[in-house]
Amino acid sequence: MKKKFIYLDNNATTKVDDRVVSEMQRYFTEVYGNPSSLYDLGQEARKAIENARERVAKILNCNPSEIYFTGSGTESDNLAIKGVARRYQKKGKHIITSAIEHHAVLHTVEYLGKKEGFEYSLVKVNNDGIVDLDHLKSLIRDDTTLISIMYANNETGAIQPIEEIGKIAKERGIYFHTDAVQAAGKLSLDVKKLNVDMMSLSGHKFHAPKGVGILYKRNGINPIPLFHGGHHEKNLRPSTENVPYIMGIAKALEIAYDEFEEHKEKIYKLKMMLKEGIEKNIEGIVLNTPENSVFNTLNYSFKGIEGESILFSLNDFGIGVSTGSACTSGSLEPSHVIMAMGRDHAICHSSIRFSLSKYNTEDEIRYTIEKLKEVIDRIRRISPYKQ
Amino acid sequence: MYSDKVMEHFRNPHNYGKMENPDGVGRVGNPQCGDEMVIYIKVENDVIVDVKFETFGCVAAIASSSITTDLIKGKTIDEALKITNKDVVNQLGGLPAIKTHCSVLAEDGIKAAIDDYLKKKKEKEQN
Repeated sequence: MKKKFIYLDNNATTKVDDRVVSEMQRYFTEVYGNPSSLYDLGQEARKAIENARERVAKILNCNPSEIYFTGSGTESDNLAIKGVARRYQKKGKHIITSAIEHHAVLHTVEYLGKKEGFEYSLVKVNNDGIVDLDHLKSLIRDDTTLISIMYANNETGAIQPIEEIGKIAKERGIYFHTDAVQAAGKLSLDVKKLNVDMMSLSGHKFHAPKGVGILYKRNGINPIPLFHGGHHEKNLRPSTENVPYIMGIAKALEIAYDEFEEHKEKIYKLKMMLKEGIEKNIEGIVLNTPENSVFNTLNYSFKGIEGESILFSLNDFGIGVSTGSACTSGSLEPSHVIMAMGRDHAICHSSIRFSLSKYNTEDEIRYTIEKLKEVIDRIRRISPYKQ
Repeated sequence: MYSDKVMEHFRNPHNYGKMENPDGVGRVGNPQCGDEMVIYIKVENDVIVDVKFETFGCVAAIASSSITTDLIKGKTIDEALKITNKDVVNQLGGLPAIKTHCSVLAEDGIKAAIDDYLKKKKEKEQN
């Protein structure tokens, strides 16, 4: 029998919760109507997605009219950033984001810079990978219309000071968007407390399927839509509503917050177990995850070896992790996130991310520590840098 | 993404480790770029009688190093100099396009080790 794969790459994607799959089922084959259709089958679907919207709004502490369903986290980021930048460009064409954003944000802002005449500034991060608020303030100009800073970093798990950034943005009359894709299910998504105007979420990071996202957009802000078509999602996101997936993402978000404390305690304990195991058993390591981080993420560099060789060796033992090494991404530059933290190139090439979920067990972590030590020892014997 | 041959050499690399008193050492690449390869050779009567490598790098870099040591062991200096990165790729049953530079590094490594050997040989002869 094939051994179970130990999945420690939950910041990449997650297993869909069985309860989410069950919830979605009937919207494929029973309640399959188009929510815009006026007969009962359509209206039942309409009721379902409006109910989903209310449940999401409750978790985000906002009005249901401020929740928009999209096709992904990337789409939500694009809609918020391009939509607001283009809409308010008469007021100004300057955008602020950070050096450690996901490419969904970074490349979107770069595109606006290259193709549409916008200017942008990147906020620096400190050695812990947390944005420098003083630097952020110094970058604000009279023509700044948008700040987009992520809530939690995907590679290191570092939590960003969103509340404070929101306050700064509000004082200066600048719109504030946060990519909260890695925060969902791990941190509070209360948009009022967080002072955010827009927030992006992605279903598959919290046990919903791939291909569905959420954009929270405060009423009163009017991004220009990315697509043009029907009147769906109040014209902001034309496309027939993806009813089963909307039901899935709402269910998954609800589970994540109903069971929040339970999962937080369990996963944090596993993270600490992994951390102690690595630090006790393996020498020559650099911790890339700060104290103030989401409870599931742990990132280390293992000196003298390259991340991809660790990844493939762990795969041989049935363990899945990821690396910030350039060798896997196809570009020559290693992780822009670890680089932004001021780490040496070689350290960036050596980084490995472990991201846990509610489905991991203590046995899996014990096995991972044991195999990781074997793998590191083996590859270091091949390396000119033995430690 | 990798051929079976690549994985085989990555899992059980041939001829790795440091060599005591090598006749030539080639050090190419650097950890800043994500890979560094050190090739050590022992030469008798113009024949590479022993070879070892140490590599900091990805799966493809380690596999390229390993197969390269197999390719040059027992070869004359002239024969070894004729080995190109294409030979390395072919012997490995192919490499993903973005990993071609690993095979180039291996070719450079052989050349650097042989250069070092020839330089030392010349110095000895002059003394």
